[in-house]
Amino acid sequence: MSTTYKVPIGPVHVGLKEPVTAWLTLDGERIMDAKLRLGAIHRGIEFMARERNPIQVIYLSERICGICSFSHVLAFIRAIEDLSAIKVPPRGQYIRSLVLELERIHSHILWSGVACYSIGFDSAFHLGMEMRERVMDLLELLTGNRVNYGVATFGGVRWDITPEFAKATRDMIKFYRREFTPFRDIVMEDPIAQARMRGVGVLTKEEAVRYSAVGPVARASGLRVDLRKSSPYEAYSDMPVEPVVPQDYFGAAHGDVLDRFAVRVLEVYQSLDLLEKILDGLPDGPFVAETNLNKVLASLKKAEGVGWGIIEAPRGDDTHIVSLKGGEDNVLWWKVRAPTYASAVSWPLMFRGNELADAPLIINSLDPCVSCMERTLTTNAHGDSNIITKQELIKRCREKTDTLRARGGETR
Amino acid sequence: MISIFFLFLKIFAGVAFLALVIALALLFDGVDRIVNARMQRRYGPPLLQPIYDILKLMGKENIVPRRASKIFFVASPWLAVASSLMVFLYIPSGSFPAVLGTEGDMILVVYLLAMSGLLMAVGGFASGNPIASIGAGREITLMMSYEFPLAVVVCTMAWVAYRVGLPGAPFNLETFANQSIWQAVGKTGAFGLLCLFVSLVLVVPGETGKGPMDIPEAKTEILDGLIIEYSGTNLAMFKLTFALRSFAISVFMTSLFLPISFASMFGISGIIVAVLDFVFFWVKVFAVQMVFVTLMRTAFGRLKIWQASKFYVVRATGLSLAGMILLSIDVLLR
Repeated sequence: MSTTYKVPIGPVHVGLKEPVTAWLTLDGERIMDAKLRLGAIHRGIEFMARERNPIQVIYLSERICGICSFSHVLAFIRAIEDLSAIKVPPRGQYIRSLVLELERIHSHILWSGVACYSIGFDSAFHLGMEMRERVMDLLELLTGNRVNYGVATFGGVRWDITPEFAKATRDMIKFYRREFTPFRDIVMEDPIAQARMRGVGVLTKEEAVRYSAVGPVARASGLRVDLRKSSPYEAYSDMPVEPVVPQDYFGAAHGDVLDRFAVRVLEVYQSLDLLEKILDGLPDGPFVAETNLNKVLASLKKAEGVGWGIIEAPRGDDTHIVSLKGGEDNVLWWKVRAPTYASAVSWPLMFRGNELADAPLIINSLDPCVSCMERTLTTNAHGDSNIITKQELIKRCREKTDTLRARGGETR
Repeated sequence: MISIFFLFLKIFAGVAFLALVIALALLFDGVDRIVNARMQRRYGPPLLQPIYDILKLMGKENIVPRRASKIFFVASPWLAVASSLMVFLYIPSGSFPAVLGTEGDMILVVYLLAMSGLLMAVGGFASGNPIASIGAGREITLMMSYEFPLAVVVCTMAWVAYRVGLPGAPFNLETFANQSIWQAVGKTGAFGLLCLFVSLVLVVPGETGKGPMDIPEAKTEILDGLIIEYSGTNLAMFKLTFALRSFAISVFMTSLFLPISFASMFGISGIIVAVLDFVFFWVKVFAVQMVFVTLMRTAFGRLKIWQASKFYVVRATGLSLAGMILLSIDVLLR
């Protein structure tokens, strides 16, 4: 006869970088059941967008997340470009890809450090954090900002690449090829790190498919999925990108935290290679289609329809769907599906059979971007969020469709 | 009359020595934090930061959780710090004998170390917080795992001292502090001693709760575990206990395995040499603490509790038993 007790991990926890709560049912140290409670930092960004015009929403979308900010911006911009048929000059596309890869490097190195911190390996954490500064400096050199770059705009980018910046980038590539390998070896060959990460938080290939894991989480489970290969955008159509999967490097994919670590670390090297290709193949010409924002706004005011933008963010597929209505300044509606949202479904699976000591590491192993993920929040006066059942939701959806039909298609 | 005089002398010496020990333990803790920070390419806190922390916490409010068992919750930090301080009364420093050297021996030292760890666990259980209970449970598990190799080391050392005929009581630490046990045994025995030394080194992180074995206080897992509910003076006492425990195990290790002193090296004696040896003893302790506490805790991540337990029960115990067998062969066959 064993007694279980409940322990919360979060919402505010040293091991977590963003508020998310995991209520763990424990038997001793063993996790019997895990319930995740989200919704601590929902900000209603999509609703805010309805009071702004598309150019203002660029900077709003940047604030969805602090790490993959450029991915969100680009997904939103591509959705708008998709519906309004704005063409981007090749140089602009290359610069966009360059910033995407820089962002991927900075996100993955940050995550590697945080993973080390979760297992109490503080030395590697500080090493990773120090290493990340180099790419942050480079991003600041190009854009003037460390986190929210403000570099993208409709039809291209706002800053051009100078020869000095190209040289600094090549220096950075050399620096990381030299300095990042020791960091990788320190962690991946450390017996304690291996003992902590191997076989922990396993997500099998079948489960990854069934629960629609994306990005590095899916790749660590052995799935060859990468939007840069399957649906290339920007400069990726000019250069082949092979998904990084652990079976290519270590013979087999375990789908555990160590594999997720390996995939992210190896993707840093892949990004370095891509950066070199981008710099080598950088085409001449304009980097933005139209510099006069008033003209862009005027053309967007005429645009009507629904546009999609899907890109491979550092954490996986980032999908933005935007609708504009002809004759109106503001965005009609906007839907963001951040990669963490897709991967978070597999969280409870990963907890099975693990221990309390693994819980923060498992939560972190998704590289969760909770502020990206939290798109909806339901609540009542008592703060209990589980008030809408599936049946009730379906009922409400049908009611809404009926009222829409009764009003004759008027959406707002 | 004379016995009363000695009683007062001992009380005076004890108080002065313990004040020195507290100051040194906190100072070494400060150095530990700076060295740790520099190895991680950080700047680190000021040298006196642990002392500032203690002083600040002394002036803070003591919060006792409503669900806590009040007596145990409040008493355990004070008893823990008292028992870890008492350790130093039985350990000789350099050429100076231990203050209560004739009243207690190695077994008492090991018991007092275990006692302070146990009291920390009691404080955790008394907090009424599930996270603190997990931390306390981990502390107990860890203790049960490393106490056996520690006991094997202590008993083997005493047995060897008894068999090779080192002058003094076999379990008394002064026996080891005055003569080098390394010279008293043969080659096989020296190898055995090395095994014992390494297994004691392996016990150090568990005993100090740092390095790869900071499991009961794992910050990123259970939010400092058993001290999660503590605040104010009680927390200051626990911080002091942590510093004293890493200091105590370093002192214990130094006097057991590193009996190098000026007096024994050059065969001289005198009051100046005694003072020099006293200083040199703390230098040795410092070196031991830097290498086996600071370096270890910088170089490794944190194990899980069952991994740590398995490590101690299988590897550390195996190593200490191997050392015991080697020493037995050496001593019995000579």
